[in-house]
Amino acid sequence: MIEFEIFGNKDTRSGFGEGLHELGKTNPNVVALCADLIGSLKMDAFKNDFPERFFQVGIAEANMMGMAAGLTVGGKIPFTGTFANFSTGRVYDQIRQSIAYSHKNVKICASHAGLTLGEDGATHQILEDIGMMKMLPNMTVVVPADFNQTKQATIAIADHEGPVYLRFGRPVMPIFIKPDAKFVIGKADVLVEGSDVTIVACGHLVWKAIEAAKVLEEKGIKAEIINMHTIKPLDVDTLLKSISKTKCVVTAEEHMINGGLGDSVAQVLIQKMLVPQEYVGVNDSFGESGTPMELMTKYGIDSANIVETAQKAIARKQ
Amino acid sequence: MENKQLEEIASQVRRDIVRMVTQVNSGHPGGSLGCTDFLTVLYFHHMKHQPKDFSMDGINEDVFYLSNGHISPVWYSVLARSGYFPVEDLGSFRRLGSKLQGHPSTDKKLPGIRMASGSLGQGLSCAIGTAQAKKLNNDDRIVYTLHGDGELQEGQIWEAAIYAAAKKVDNLIATIDYNGRQIDGDVEDVMSLGNLAQKWIAFGWEVLEMDGHNIDEIIKTLDKAKSMTGKGKPIVIIMKTEMGQGVDYMVGTHKWHGSAPNEEQLQAALLQLTETLGDY
Repeated sequence: MIEFEIFGNKDTRSGFGEGLHELGKTNPNVVALCADLIGSLKMDAFKNDFPERFFQVGIAEANMMGMAAGLTVGGKIPFTGTFANFSTGRVYDQIRQSIAYSHKNVKICASHAGLTLGEDGATHQILEDIGMMKMLPNMTVVVPADFNQTKQATIAIADHEGPVYLRFGRPVMPIFIKPDAKFVIGKADVLVEGSDVTIVACGHLVWKAIEAAKVLEEKGIKAEIINMHTIKPLDVDTLLKSISKTKCVVTAEEHMINGGLGDSVAQVLIQKMLVPQEYVGVNDSFGESGTPMELMTKYGIDSANIVETAQKAIARKQ
Repeated sequence: MENKQLEEIASQVRRDIVRMVTQVNSGHPGGSLGCTDFLTVLYFHHMKHQPKDFSMDGINEDVFYLSNGHISPVWYSVLARSGYFPVEDLGSFRRLGSKLQGHPSTDKKLPGIRMASGSLGQGLSCAIGTAQAKKLNNDDRIVYTLHGDGELQEGQIWEAAIYAAAKKVDNLIATIDYNGRQIDGDVEDVMSLGNLAQKWIAFGWEVLEMDGHNIDEIIKTLDKAKSMTGKGKPIVIIMKTEMGQGVDYMVGTHKWHGSAPNEEQLQAALLQLTETLGDY
């Protein structure tokens, strides 16, 4: 029986807020910038307790990214906070030149990623950000699974020298990563062991994968679940070890199929170990207004889709 | 340093610029020549900096950002001549594997450069970040930037301008290379900046103006700008220059913004830039 201890329900952005506040206490070089979304990003605690290290930049994300780059010249470790859309697409060139190409130690922290932003609709629901960020040389891309892991990841990236994209979201989801778990960039977690199919997921889809694995278990299918919280660098060893056992893989992400986690996994399979792969992700489409769970269902990234897709992958095995 | 010495250095820097771009038949000589006098004064007379012991952090040093990165030849020459790296390296400009990339880059670790630039409009934001870091570090040195006038058409400049005034970033001195020219022609025709001084004043900045080819005036204006720091407002110097200054056939046109002279034209240029400290 697949069972997880649940430590409550919270949004991943609150994990970022707590992690950042913790860093404020422990690392005097950590500074934070926000583009008029303090409440949404849960940056209030840092702002209130460390006002001299907090920069409200207004609705001016390009300037925020440049300022963050400049703050590193002087030894600071800047954490920028805004929605994922405004953290990436809006400021791609600023990140590319002033942060990634310039090797600046900036942590780009992006909330409200993907469809689960919900009712605001497609203008704000970015589904291309993982792709944009992973294409940048020098960039590390982290997509933690729940509240606890987002907090742990926020703290961990401060110790990593170099630019990082940290992606999290808005909806309240179950907390299933242990509060004392150690987060290691680039080291994936095998959450459930199985032998029939490997489900590689990131972000909110990790919980959906767990739900799917329970359904698959009832059907007599043993799924292995990898929480691939770091998209770049990808934990190739953990991936290959798993698929050498299961011989097929499903990738699941709240992102466009084009350019996301699934494509990173496919690159590994093509070069190292060719097994059937199926994608759970958004298929070349913008989102729309709706509740987070309605949208996940409509756009095919719910646990039911993972169940169905896993069976499809298994059927393709020789 | 005496003005005479600064003029000699400026002449040598101009020789370096035209030789560098001619060698690889690419690069941006016009704006480089126009900003030579300013950068010579800034690096050889005005700023407190450590060419022999370059640190990326720039703590307890004045920090300079070149936001209009395409005029890299003048910056490279001034950096080399002030001791950041051997002047012989100027010969590698824009060549495969060189630290002297077409546009400034930290990627190949060229001493003196702390931020890549080339895609325009980003340097003022970076400078504000560093100015804020200096305040957090109780470091009383100044952050300087240089921008093209055409570059001011980029929206990010004005995001940064609002921020610097609103948040009283008063350890920052920006300079505008006001030569009135950009790739497609005169700034006035491409997209007029209107009353530039009034714009900066309206954005809450202290505004100074100077002739960018009068060494004495550059020295005095920079001193004045520095004396105005720490008083709650960022400072901008609108610097009137001629694109191509020092080479007669490059003045009065935007033609030499991004094209290099041929060998014959180079010799004609060098005949006009006779004072030399020794070519690389």
